[in-house]
Amino acid sequence: MPAAASTPHAAPTGPMISVIGLVKSFGAKQVLNGIDLAVGRGESLVLVGGSGAGKSVFIKHLIGLIQPDEGHVVVDGVDLTLAPPETVLALRKRFGMSFQEGALFDSKTVFDNIAFPILRHRTRDRGQVAARVRECLELVRLPGIEDKMPSELSGGMRRRVGFARAIALEPEILLFDEPTTGLDPINTAAIGNVINQLRSELGVTAVTITHDMNLARRIADRIAMMRRGRILSIDTPDLFQRSDNWFVRAFLDGEVPEEDRP
Amino acid sequence: MAERPSAGPLAWLDHFGRSVLAALDELGRFFYIMSSSVLWSFRRPFDGAELLRQMVRVGWDSIPVVFLTCLFTGMVLALQTYRGFERFHAEGFVGSVVALSLTRELAPVLTGLMVAGRVGSAMAAELGTMRVTEQIDALYAMATEPIHYLVVPRVNASILMLPVLTIIGDAVGIIGGWLIAVGLFDANSYLYVDRTFQFLEVNDVTSGLIKAAFFGLILSVTGCAKGFYTAGGAEGVGRATTSAVVTACLYILLSDFFLTKVLF
Repeated sequence: MPAAASTPHAAPTGPMISVIGLVKSFGAKQVLNGIDLAVGRGESLVLVGGSGAGKSVFIKHLIGLIQPDEGHVVVDGVDLTLAPPETVLALRKRFGMSFQEGALFDSKTVFDNIAFPILRHRTRDRGQVAARVRECLELVRLPGIEDKMPSELSGGMRRRVGFARAIALEPEILLFDEPTTGLDPINTAAIGNVINQLRSELGVTAVTITHDMNLARRIADRIAMMRRGRILSIDTPDLFQRSDNWFVRAFLDGEVPEEDRP
Repeated sequence: MAERPSAGPLAWLDHFGRSVLAALDELGRFFYIMSSSVLWSFRRPFDGAELLRQMVRVGWDSIPVVFLTCLFTGMVLALQTYRGFERFHAEGFVGSVVALSLTRELAPVLTGLMVAGRVGSAMAAELGTMRVTEQIDALYAMATEPIHYLVVPRVNASILMLPVLTIIGDAVGIIGGWLIAVGLFDANSYLYVDRTFQFLEVNDVTSGLIKAAFFGLILSVTGCAKGFYTAGGAEGVGRATTSAVVTACLYILLSDFFLTKVLF
């Protein structure tokens, strides 16, 4: 674990992603309630929290899929809320995002899904593309399924193909929306290992959303607790585990806190 | 949010205001999708394979339905006009009437309506499903503008293929008319063909083709816009699909009047 990660609230080497005063509502429902956060270069931040805490909405702000009502998202010095669309589009090439249900193109084979970003942004050389697709599939422990259609895969396999597609362009920043929900412990561990491997080899910055505390402990430099559109606490995994925040305690112990009981 | 009035003229006004806002919203989306698909048409990378695939889906696959529609329309047109024109001994002009009605009006409009039902709905369903399963978000995340990748080939394929389908419809409809006139009413085949082309001008055909291209634009933009802005899961996709067909047909018929007014 990087030494700097032991100082919570401070990014290791200048932030890769800075989030300042993020506010977002859908209709009358306020989903994000003023979030301030910095993610350092090469850091792995894991966001945990109950359903409806605003985690998915938050992570979509980081890549400009949703525009905030107030506040700013700054990625490597570029403010996504102010930058022209072309700049945002170009910046997204440095991101890899894995979606909750995989979000694979269901009219394309596994090969074409993973090849998609490579063909569009890197090379049209069939040999190189095939080699990279094979590499990505091996990384997620699914070799040889290039010709299958997404509908022929299990939920967990779809997720891992989505993961392979997200890392196809060797991104600098990885965003994972619930990467292991519904996966068995062995695959969960494999995903955790892949994230750690990418970080150690390429120095990837990662932001992960999960309910899975095992995964969080395995991959996180810091764990942030989200509740009702706010960051409640943010700590290293060790400190998080020993947190005396009442809501974090309730979350770790699997209890429904007083206030949230029906 | 302000409380909504529950009864009386205020409630009616409230309802009316919301409907107007929703209609303007939809019109805005339609023009946004249309203008951005035009802008993105000229940007790299040009996806020729996808354009070709869409041209096959919009054009080639629609040939049977356009064929049947226009064949029977030409046939019924000949049937009706022959019976009518007989009364004042003008049967000789049936060929001209069939040809003019088909090329100027019926072939482009019917082709537009049939393709809106066949292809516009499929576009809405496909893009709608992609929206609700986050595939459109995934495109953004892979630094690909969905309008560029999804909408541009569909719109361009429709603009290119509708005139082609209309030419087929023109020909098939005229043949259908001839079949009825010559086969059923024993009209003189040579005379019928001669009259068919005697009053037909190039402008009649080209104006029909221009209209068809417009209808292609309208039905594809409507289908794509409805799909692109789908919300609310499977039910939302269903709503988007139905509404794409109804709206596209309505737009085609409304614009048909104004285009005809301008073009002729």
